[in-house]
Amino acid sequence: MVNQLLRALFIVIIVRPLVLLAMGLNIRRRELLPAQGPAVIVANHNSHLDTLVILSLFPLRLLPKVRPVAAADYFLRNPLLAWFALNIIGIIPVKRVTRGGNPLASSFEALQRGEILIIFPEGSRGNPEELTQFKKGIAIISKKFPDVPISPLFLHGLGKALPRGEAVFVPFFCDAFVGSPRHWSGETESFIKALEQQMSDLAAEGRFPVWK
Amino acid sequence: MISLQDLPIPENLVYVIAGVFGLLAFATLLVAVMRRGKADEVHKELWLRVKSWWYMAGIFIFAIAINRTLSVIFLALLSFLAFKEYLSMIPTRRADHRVLFWAYLAIPIQFYWIHAGWYGMFIIFIPVWVFLFLPFRMVLLGETEGFLRAIGTLSWGLMMTVFALSHAAYLLVLPESALVELAPATAVRQFDKSGAGLLFLLVLLTQFNDVAQYVWGKLIGGPKIIPKVSPGKTWAGFLGGMFSTSLLALALGPLLSPMSLMMAGIAGAVTALAGFIGDVTISAIKRDLGVKDTGSTIPGHGGLLDRLDSLTYSAPIFFHYIRYFYY
Repeated sequence: MVNQLLRALFIVIIVRPLVLLAMGLNIRRRELLPAQGPAVIVANHNSHLDTLVILSLFPLRLLPKVRPVAAADYFLRNPLLAWFALNIIGIIPVKRVTRGGNPLASSFEALQRGEILIIFPEGSRGNPEELTQFKKGIAIISKKFPDVPISPLFLHGLGKALPRGEAVFVPFFCDAFVGSPRHWSGETESFIKALEQQMSDLAAEGRFPVWK
Repeated sequence: MISLQDLPIPENLVYVIAGVFGLLAFATLLVAVMRRGKADEVHKELWLRVKSWWYMAGIFIFAIAINRTLSVIFLALLSFLAFKEYLSMIPTRRADHRVLFWAYLAIPIQFYWIHAGWYGMFIIFIPVWVFLFLPFRMVLLGETEGFLRAIGTLSWGLMMTVFALSHAAYLLVLPESALVELAPATAVRQFDKSGAGLLFLLVLLTQFNDVAQYVWGKLIGGPKIIPKVSPGKTWAGFLGGMFSTSLLALALGPLLSPMSLMMAGIAGAVTALAGFIGDVTISAIKRDLGVKDTGSTIPGHGGLLDRLDSLTYSAPIFFHYIRYFYY
């Protein structure tokens, strides 16, 4: 309860002003974002800011339901970061390397509770402002929950504002393009391909200046 | 209850502000009549534009009428947003991440000089210190590919969105003589209220000229000035705008500034010309980059730079015109 309050305060006092003023977000088709759980947001990943921006897109009423799925080895590496990641960001930790057991079990449980998962299927932030191949986890989730809508969300500019390996934030206008939700197609390969294609199409909507 | 005398604006400005709201109300009514009984799509952009004018006028007037420090912070924020829009629009180098951070840092410092009324530092800080420091910082990165373009675009962006625009803010602290006499003997800085009148006059003339150019251009049409850069700009619009703006300056100049009638009329024409140049200069960047607007912050207008473009030229030119002749 206290943590939920802290989380809401963190979003209202720090994240939203940061997104609004220091960055400035140009969002297309916000109405396509899920209005209730269970649902999954699939986004490209370039920066730690990605998660914060996505959290800021949701009304406070939905906030307790929105859960980013994030790497346990990275975010739980020390107690302070772990507390912040688990309680304030509200992550669902997933072990990238496992010996037995299902790494997605906690994600399944969250969807059963009616939560909205944020998944970065590229698996890592990678090189900023570059799309990479999706991992299979999202297909496994969709296969198990064929009725849960999967909404693609393309983010641009956050990798420029705070790229991997940089500690200094530099303001840039950012874009967030929401795609129409899709459901399980019956086959893993084609499902992943279609999702990747949808993400590239969203990326192609924008006209972005060269950055390299 | 706050009385008028407590506000950092001259009394005449209150009447001018009332006049501006009257003009806005008239424009709103006009567009509403034009749209009456028609589909929602008819003149929708114009409607959005008029609505945005209310917000812009309201925010600007609030920012200059409440408190002098707030006014400077507000104008610094505008510079920041314009610079951010510029950097987001142009190609940048990944390697320059930290250089861009330093460039942003120039904004609060530049506006600090203004708030302190330190003219000497205000006028050299960006063109000398920042323009010498940034290439040096860039050289330390060791990335020479694209160096010239990177430093050229960065410096020019700072020049337009920060240095040029900050001249509008310096109007607030004119006359400097008031500062010299009072500071540092007294801890509390006393400002002459007339600065707010000058700032308001500059912004009103510049924005009025934009609208007047547009209206005259639509009404008369005719030959275009530089169709390759800005297809909408006609000679009729340009001259009509200049004429209307000079008339407005004749009426308001003596009320809000120390200018005589003749000098006010010239100020109107000069502001109109400078505003036009600023407008087409930003247009040229947009054509070069292949974008229609510089952003999407203001509904019906585009980005902030689409609205501040004329001011990038009119602010420094109006400022030096006033300062040379009167302060």
